Amino acid sequence: MSLSLAVGDLTPLLVIVAYLALLIVLGLASARFFRGTAADYFLVSRSVGSFLMLMSIFGTTMTGFALVGSTGKAYSTGIGVYGLMASWSGLIHSACFFLIGIRLWAVGKRYGYLTQCEYFRERFDSPALGYVLFPILVALVIPYLLVGVIGAGKAIQPITAGTFPDLFPVLRPDGTPNPALHGGVPPWLGMGVICFIVLFYVFFGGLRGAVWANTLQTLVFMVTGVIAFYMIASKLGGLTAASEAVAAHEKAATRLAREGLIGRAQFFTYCFIPLSVGMFPHLFQHWLTAKSAKAFRLTVVAHPVCIAIVWLPCIMIGIWAAAALNPPAADANTVLGRMVSTFVHQPWLSGLLGAGILAAIMSSLDSQFMCIGTMFTRDVVLRITGPDRFTDAQKVWIGRGFILGIVVFSYLLALILQKGTHVFDLGVWCFSGFASLFPLAFAAIYWRRTTKAGAIACVLVTAVVWIIMFTLDMIAKADRPPGQDDETLVFGAVMPVTIIFAASTAALIVVSLLTPPPPRATIDRFFDPLETA
Amino acid sequence: MSSPRRSNAWRLVWIAAVVLFVLHQDFWFWEDRRLVLGFLPIGLAYHVAYSIAAALLWLAAVKLAWPAHIEQWADAGAPGTESKRGVPS
Repeated sequence: MSLSLAVGDLTPLLVIVAYLALLIVLGLASARFFRGTAADYFLVSRSVGSFLMLMSIFGTTMTGFALVGSTGKAYSTGIGVYGLMASWSGLIHSACFFLIGIRLWAVGKRYGYLTQCEYFRERFDSPALGYVLFPILVALVIPYLLVGVIGAGKAIQPITAGTFPDLFPVLRPDGTPNPALHGGVPPWLGMGVICFIVLFYVFFGGLRGAVWANTLQTLVFMVTGVIAFYMIASKLGGLTAASEAVAAHEKAATRLAREGLIGRAQFFTYCFIPLSVGMFPHLFQHWLTAKSAKAFRLTVVAHPVCIAIVWLPCIMIGIWAAAALNPPAADANTVLGRMVSTFVHQPWLSGLLGAGILAAIMSSLDSQFMCIGTMFTRDVVLRITGPDRFTDAQKVWIGRGFILGIVVFSYLLALILQKGTHVFDLGVWCFSGFASLFPLAFAAIYWRRTTKAGAIACVLVTAVVWIIMFTLDMIAKADRPPGQDDETLVFGAVMPVTIIFAASTAALIVVSLLTPPPPRATIDRFFDPLETA
Repeated sequence: MSSPRRSNAWRLVWIAAVVLFVLHQDFWFWEDRRLVLGFLPIGLAYHVAYSIAAALLWLAAVKLAWPAHIEQWADAGAPGTESKRGVPS
């Protein structure tokens, strides 16, 4: 009996497969440089220089939202999305790197910290703070991980649509093929492949594998956006013609300004969201890899420009789409893919776009898997057994075991949650949680009067207020249709992070002032006497 | 000790940062749909320029207010602290 399956244009899939194969090769190459020590596996032996630092940190802070979500949001909300997310991030991310990152790198190097819990526990002389903080950090990172895994699965299917119509049919209720998804690699398979690739290079190469891969991935998604922008602009008759078509379009013209699309208080209070980078555990670990404080300089300066390079083309494509797409997109997250397939007709560009989206997603995923593995190894196993219970090589294998476990757990959870999850909405909530813990990081570095009770109060108040607001938004309004992800992410006129942030800051300050000041020895240990600030 | 020159530079950088923070709220372009260079909406052009201004601000911070002593402090770790945690530098 012969079995024949219809196969469509394989070009997009082959481009994606070639890209993923390159990551495997990079993972193998990075593994060859592995020195066999825990310091090398978890921290790249603190050897990362300026360029790798910029690429790995920028890649880690940018998710799939930078390409797909930004285009979709510009399509529905207009140019204000850039000011809301990109220009605020340019200013505030770099401020966090300069004010928080360099200081934490220094204290991490001086005392040998690998995780935030290790630092905060000793900074406030409080094992209890570590026990409170650990589950909250893990609980916030896992949904953020899921955003990436689910986003990757959902991105691959439309890009490879038509490739395997017999193998992966997607039919409408009336029995006809759904052209947007029919024959595409299904999410369960796409998510599985992405998890495997990331697991491969992190498992063998450790954080070095993640740093190398992030550098390649960051370059890929930066170039992808620019190429898509250039080719779409050409097909629309050039930059001027594309934008004038928007201005002349009765409905789309509103996208050229912000009136009626974004609230002014929302526009301002979004400034709290980028503060999340000050408390991301995976970014903390990247900071510690720096060869010297000077390795931060390029990151601090170039980060806002890198954001502009990625976001500007996507925002322009989004507003052009408002006039060019007919029929309009029901799901804003499909806009970038539709603009490429409708106007460019180049399967290789669709493939490159897919690779770029996956690059943006994986460049965050790898660091998150790595940091969760590190946290379980250091904050749970070594905390219970003591630092000398295992050899260096055993610590590396414990870390690998946890990374494998968290990848499998994330994949299974993504399989369960993929259909009903408002992917980017979940991401904003994770960012809100981390941003609301920012006062803890800032106070630990700059306010000597902060007490352990104040620090614990800050963490607990963040958790409680976050859960209340998350419940109000995600559960009470769970019947929102897909594509309207953050339409209700405003409480009153402001972002919910404003309220959580205010509560956590107030708790930290009030409780610290009401409790006895920390011992002099602790202050002397953590504050540089040369600092006048 | 930090020199008075560095303290002044530090203050200047933070004044500039506060000014830039305030300038993010460009209400004057809120309803403006004009296109700059024939294709770039003016509100978007403003915020792209804002990103470049942010890069210049941080360049000034790195040049004028860099915490040069921090590396020395980081290298002067308490003896044995790192190996106690199993992560030598």
